Amino acid sequence: MADGLRSLRLERDLRIMEVCGTHTTEFFRSGVRDVFPEGLSLIDGPGCPVCVTPNDYLDRAIEIARVHGVTVATFGDMVKVPSSYSSLAREKSTGMRLEVVYSPLDALEFAAVNQDVQVMFLSVGFETTAPTEAVAVRRARERNILNFSILCGNKLTPPAVKALLDAGETRIDGFILPGHVSAIIGVEPWRFVAESYHKPCVVAGFESYDLITSTINLVRMIGEQRNVVENGYARVVRDGGNPKAREIMYDVFEECEAHWRGIGVIPGSGLALRDGYAGFDAARRFPVDPPAPRQHPGCRCGDLLRGLIIPTGCGLFGTACTPENAVGPCMVSSEGPCSAYYKYGGM
Amino acid sequence: MCLAIPMTVKSIEGTRALAEAYGVEKYVDIAMTPDVVVGDKVIIHAGFVIEKLDPESAREIEAAWDEYHRVMNDDGAAGRRNGA
Ligand code: SF4
Repeated sequence: MADGLRSLRLERDLRIMEVCGTHTTEFFRSGVRDVFPEGLSLIDGPGCPVCVTPNDYLDRAIEIARVHGVTVATFGDMVKVPSSYSSLAREKSTGMRLEVVYSPLDALEFAAVNQDVQVMFLSVGFETTAPTEAVAVRRARERNILNFSILCGNKLTPPAVKALLDAGETRIDGFILPGHVSAIIGVEPWRFVAESYHKPCVVAGFESYDLITSTINLVRMIGEQRNVVENGYARVVRDGGNPKAREIMYDVFEECEAHWRGIGVIPGSGLALRDGYAGFDAARRFPVDPPAPRQHPGCRCGDLLRGLIIPTGCGLFGTACTPENAVGPCMVSSEGPCSAYYKYGGM
Repeated sequence: MCLAIPMTVKSIEGTRALAEAYGVEKYVDIAMTPDVVVGDKVIIHAGFVIEKLDPESAREIEAAWDEYHRVMNDDGAAGRRNGA
């Protein structure tokens, strides 16, 4: 199989984008990048939820914790991400209460047994994660756990891919689409990429086998100008996705515009709590006025997430910016392109 | 962040299921997949079953893997973390 990939003959150089941050890491970790044929490049896309979350989100979380004394509950990936002026880890060392959880339900449970504290869960993640956060909010309401709230930062992936295509800043010949996002949304929401933008797509799983076969198929589809969305992960992804998960997600959330690091504001790409769940919205419940966001002028996470550069194209990579002392989120998140390049040697 | 791992459902009570993989057991929520039954292979993300593994296609990939490792002449221990 690996040989099948290595021996592919390309008629021209090809640039394919992997949208999902987990794919970014797995392509490296599995060694599949090493058997790419000559002329095939893999461009990292906007698919790491931590990386695309702009500084003002964490700034607000930290300000809420400072002003209102709430306990912040979060997935572990967010802890070391730099905000404009600090990070959750740094705030914790100076007294902020931080609870790292594996599931939004763990944050809810923490609130249930600690009724004397306000617990704010940092609700980030794509379509894979948003339904889990929606369930937590529904349960909070059912169980009347009123010291629980979420800070909405969820994002939807197809609008970001559309924004990249519309911007047209970089050539992309085809897409490796996220497997677990597609398990929820299905294949249909991706068809516009193939049909309106004429880019072949493969929904891919995460085993070496999946990465190899999906890449081979995508290269062939590009060669044949077969502009369709192929489901290369049918053992998990149904063409119609998971309707129950979407029903729960859209019962709790409604689409709104959202701000993406490096890309800007994209209409319909975020999720806000519906008015019926307003009581669980940390932003509405705990008003704050955070200082103006800023970021390191040398950090090129934004260009990276738009596919304009690879991590080694950033002047800070591996010098001023390392996983131990990260300047941008792309070096902190386990799925960030900079951390993957740093860890697996880059090229 | 969209990392998700396959496990097998051992028992179900209400919206909770006990799932197992490689000898490790944990409770997971089945609100998104109410039709899971004991014995199903499922994909877990952030404490939830997000989808069932289709046994038919799962067997296909297992066969493809076995063939791959036979050709590569290894036991498949490496690169089979299964997830993400
Ligand atoms: S190497 Fe660091 S500073 Fe440069 S783009 Fe990556 S995260 Fe940002």
